[in-house]
Amino acid sequence: MRAARSLLIWSFAAGAVALLAWAGLTPIPAGGSRDEVFEIPKGTWERRRSGENIGILPDKIRLTLGIRDTLLLKNLDDVPQIFGPTLMMPGQSFRLPFEKASEYQFACTAHASGQMTVIVDPNPRTPWARILWRARTAKEILKQGSRSGLPW
Amino acid sequence: MKCNFEMKVLFCAPVATLLLLLSLTNLVQAADAPALKAGVFTPPRQAPDFSLQGSDGHELKLSRYRGKAVVLGFGFTSCPDVCPTTLATLAQARRKLGSAAADVQIVYITVDPERDTAARMKQYLGSFDATFVGGTGTAEQLAALRKEYGIQAEKKTYGSSYVYAHSSFTYLIDRNGSLRALMPYGRAPDDYVHDLKILLQE
Repeated sequence: MRAARSLLIWSFAAGAVALLAWAGLTPIPAGGSRDEVFEIPKGTWERRRSGENIGILPDKIRLTLGIRDTLLLKNLDDVPQIFGPTLMMPGQSFRLPFEKASEYQFACTAHASGQMTVIVDPNPRTPWARILWRARTAKEILKQGSRSGLPW
Repeated sequence: MKCNFEMKVLFCAPVATLLLLLSLTNLVQAADAPALKAGVFTPPRQAPDFSLQGSDGHELKLSRYRGKAVVLGFGFTSCPDVCPTTLATLAQARRKLGSAAADVQIVYITVDPERDTAARMKQYLGSFDATFVGGTGTAEQLAALRKEYGIQAEKKTYGSSYVYAHSSFTYLIDRNGSLRALMPYGRAPDDYVHDLKILLQE
């Protein structure tokens, strides 16, 4: 009984070490698109006009250099809309690349705070940075299942 | 002269080939178009024209600068941080552009018509670069213009004085008057130089 318990603990520990080794030592693949996409769906203006509270852009957007470092906003609605920092015409898209890790503030009337923050993290190059990045990404994917396009 | 089938083919084939090659070249050029460092609008829209009082003593119309690349910003002369930083960056970018700067016009529109007269804007902008042109008008005119460009400006009173919290980015407008891109606040002069060179080469 004790042997079985010991084996279980050792297996768990070995698994955790292997997972940490993978998370820290395996480079994060560049993946395909580096766009973080947010869309205003068709009919949003009508729904807002009828009193529905629709949030599309979060207050805080987190990007990572070299992996997902471009903000892509699309207005698929039939009317011009202030989206993030700018006014977008129907059918128009706005692609903003970031080349420096920093925190960027944009005035945005869509948010109660009047601000939208884009945090651009440096590319995780050290094992510890990769572990932290993967942990944060896993949490994000679990929280918002739709963001499963992120590379691991 | 009788136009038979062979003649039609002889005429049409080279024309069709030429058109095909031209369209392919355009496609390749579009695919190879260098990326701007600013945020790009796709498709771009025509930048709304306006008629304001210019700091150079003339009517300020955007269409006056057709044929040049225009950097369009919004701010006010009493701005403590954002405007001086942006204008200093733009002055530096113009110097770095060298002779190409002759094809670039910086236009700065006030959000504070109460204090920003044309004369005051001329003095203020001239301290950065003598070629910068400012625009002012009535509060209603400027509010309508801000709406067309999606610019936010909110007056905040502190005791007996006030400031404006305003959109801090600038717009990049190409030679044809298309609103092509948005440069966020805080970008380096080299980013402007990079993008303006691309717009000027088109």
